[in-house]
Amino acid sequence: MKNYSQVKVSRYTSIFLTAILAVFAVGCGGKKTPVPPPPVPPMDNSGNITPAPSTQKPVVAEFVAEPSSVERGQTAQLRWNVTGSSDVAINNGIGTVPVSGTRRITPNETTTYTLTATGPGGSTTATTTVSVTAPAPPPAPSVNTTDRTKGTIESRVQSDLQDVLFDYDSNNIQESARQILMADAAALKQIFADFPTATIIIEGHCDERGSAEYNLGLGDRRASSTREFLAQQGVPVDRLKTISYGKERPVCTEATESCYQRNRRAHFASGQ
Amino acid sequence: MAALLTAGALLAQQEAIKTNIVGEAGKKPSLAVPDFKGSGTQMYMAAFNSTLFGDLQNSGLFNMAPKSMFPLNNPQRPEDLRQEDNKQGLALQDWAGSPTLATHLVFGYTGVVNGVLVLYGNVYDTRQANIQSAQLMASRYTGSVDEAGAVKVAHEFANDIIQKFGGSGSLLGSRIYFVSKRSGNDELYVMDWDGNNQRPLTNLKSLLMTPGVSADGTKVAFTTFSRGTPRIMILNTETGRSLPFYNQEASMNTTPDFSPDGRQIYYSSSASGVAQIYVADINGQGFRRITHRDNAILVEPKVNPRNPNIILFVGGPGPQQIYRMNAEGADIQRVTNGEGEAGNPSWSPDGQKIAFSWTRGYQKGDWNVFVMDVGSGQYTQLTHSEGRNENPVWAPDGRHLAFASNRTGRSQIYTMLADGSQVKQLTTQGANRSPVWGLK
Repeated sequence: MKNYSQVKVSRYTSIFLTAILAVFAVGCGGKKTPVPPPPVPPMDNSGNITPAPSTQKPVVAEFVAEPSSVERGQTAQLRWNVTGSSDVAINNGIGTVPVSGTRRITPNETTTYTLTATGPGGSTTATTTVSVTAPAPPPAPSVNTTDRTKGTIESRVQSDLQDVLFDYDSNNIQESARQILMADAAALKQIFADFPTATIIIEGHCDERGSAEYNLGLGDRRASSTREFLAQQGVPVDRLKTISYGKERPVCTEATESCYQRNRRAHFASGQ
Repeated sequence: MAALLTAGALLAQQEAIKTNIVGEAGKKPSLAVPDFKGSGTQMYMAAFNSTLFGDLQNSGLFNMAPKSMFPLNNPQRPEDLRQEDNKQGLALQDWAGSPTLATHLVFGYTGVVNGVLVLYGNVYDTRQANIQSAQLMASRYTGSVDEAGAVKVAHEFANDIIQKFGGSGSLLGSRIYFVSKRSGNDELYVMDWDGNNQRPLTNLKSLLMTPGVSADGTKVAFTTFSRGTPRIMILNTETGRSLPFYNQEASMNTTPDFSPDGRQIYYSSSASGVAQIYVADINGQGFRRITHRDNAILVEPKVNPRNPNIILFVGGPGPQQIYRMNAEGADIQRVTNGEGEAGNPSWSPDGQKIAFSWTRGYQKGDWNVFVMDVGSGQYTQLTHSEGRNENPVWAPDGRHLAFASNRTGRSQIYTMLADGSQVKQLTTQGANRSPVWGLK
């Protein structure tokens, strides 16, 4: 698209010519020969006067940035096209450029670029702005996120639900275990409220000393005792599953009383 | 197998050999087994002789007379032996006397007849004056003319000798099923009775426990976690394909045991809220609860192979012990004496004895293998805290046991005689446990 400078030539030219004429008429004395009027400059159809090339300022036919809005770190491209100039420069460190061309830019923040074109007729500037926005935050890593403020179901199970420990060859909930289970019950109710479709698994485990077969049955009883206790505290049991691992999944293997006790447990895990 | 087919006929002959039956202390027959020679087959005789001698020694039925004490010449055919009134030939009595002191002489040779390897094998009682009454066995066996054929006929001859001396059942062709973690996950494996040909039967890649094999060796059942909670699965041992089994609704179905007729399965289920014993058809249908001992965790039902109305189980109340009951779940009696903890009972093929794991005399978790005569309650301790020794099971010959022991640091499968001698390690790769011994 060409920009036509709207130079108001006609009025100034006619005054100028009239003044010139007046000078000739007065300054020449003696003979009073009539001077023919100067030719009237040609007029185009639009009524505008075409400017004489040698006196025109440069024309910036185009100076755009594409895209005009980027995320920080992304690249945009400047494109320009200038006529009537032999000297074109763009600021912000770009410097002298050909009269038309493109340049890739990666601004860190919203930046306005100024193009200056200089020629015999003068200089012309044009500007274009690239807006820079911060990138979108990455999504939370876990698959089961529903809301960043709730955490994932796995992280909640791990942090909010504590193991219940048992005596040797027993699935009775001891006094110290009751305290832990009351807290687990409250945490479970909250977890089930926050995650309406989740299920939780109660695993029953044993220490290594009994036979593997008997321990499978004992681990099963530990898991179901735990589930029964939680049911009495109002935890919805249809969302609590049980599984026994007997002594097949120990958390430690030392032949010490403290390791044996750590293994005699009911443990909570997220169900899939 | 020829050995198994003659087992029935053999029972009738037991009367004649009463004094040679294992069990009478100090009266084991003493066998002299010189090396056999081969005619046109001599290159296979090293394998033949070590197989024959090894099988006889492994049976536990005999004292093997040391070869260094043998007379210089040994007979190969009955006609090589000196007849009564004849001064020619080798004297059978040479073998009975010092230093050999054998009660029986095993002799013979191999040859090739019409492109077939033939073994002529004889067993003579060295203490008989009359050469005719001395002959116990004169048998003929055939095989291919190569080492495999020589080994085959050696096995068969040894087997027949064992049968002849009252050893019912045979190890030949029997297999041991067990759980191995050598691939990184539990899988069910099988191997020959001597530890050869160890290979997986499953590729389930999850916890696997408690295998049980049917009396005829055609099916193996076990507990798998492949569907989440522990459930029972059954495989055809010949094809490796799974057979249908309905697992009743429960958090745990485990420790499956086949009834002797192979038509029912006993198992432990937590369906009632605590592990109890159930019975069902072989496909799991028609299940029925047998025990009502709600204050106890009950697992490991084991049906007596000669009497389906005697069933063992393991549990409480209290520390785990071994109990017996009838098929209706009544008439419950404790079998072990209440000391320590007991488990893993296994019936002998004759239904008279059990092998089991017990911590008696040691701390919790320190298990040893015991054998008990159920009728009298008398028991013998077979291992002595060389690591944990568990899950003993009887071999079909009623004289060997397989068991698991972690005496080398990792659980492995071993065999031994039922008196605790001749302990042999069968597995070395990975961790291996829970053996069961099938006829095939």
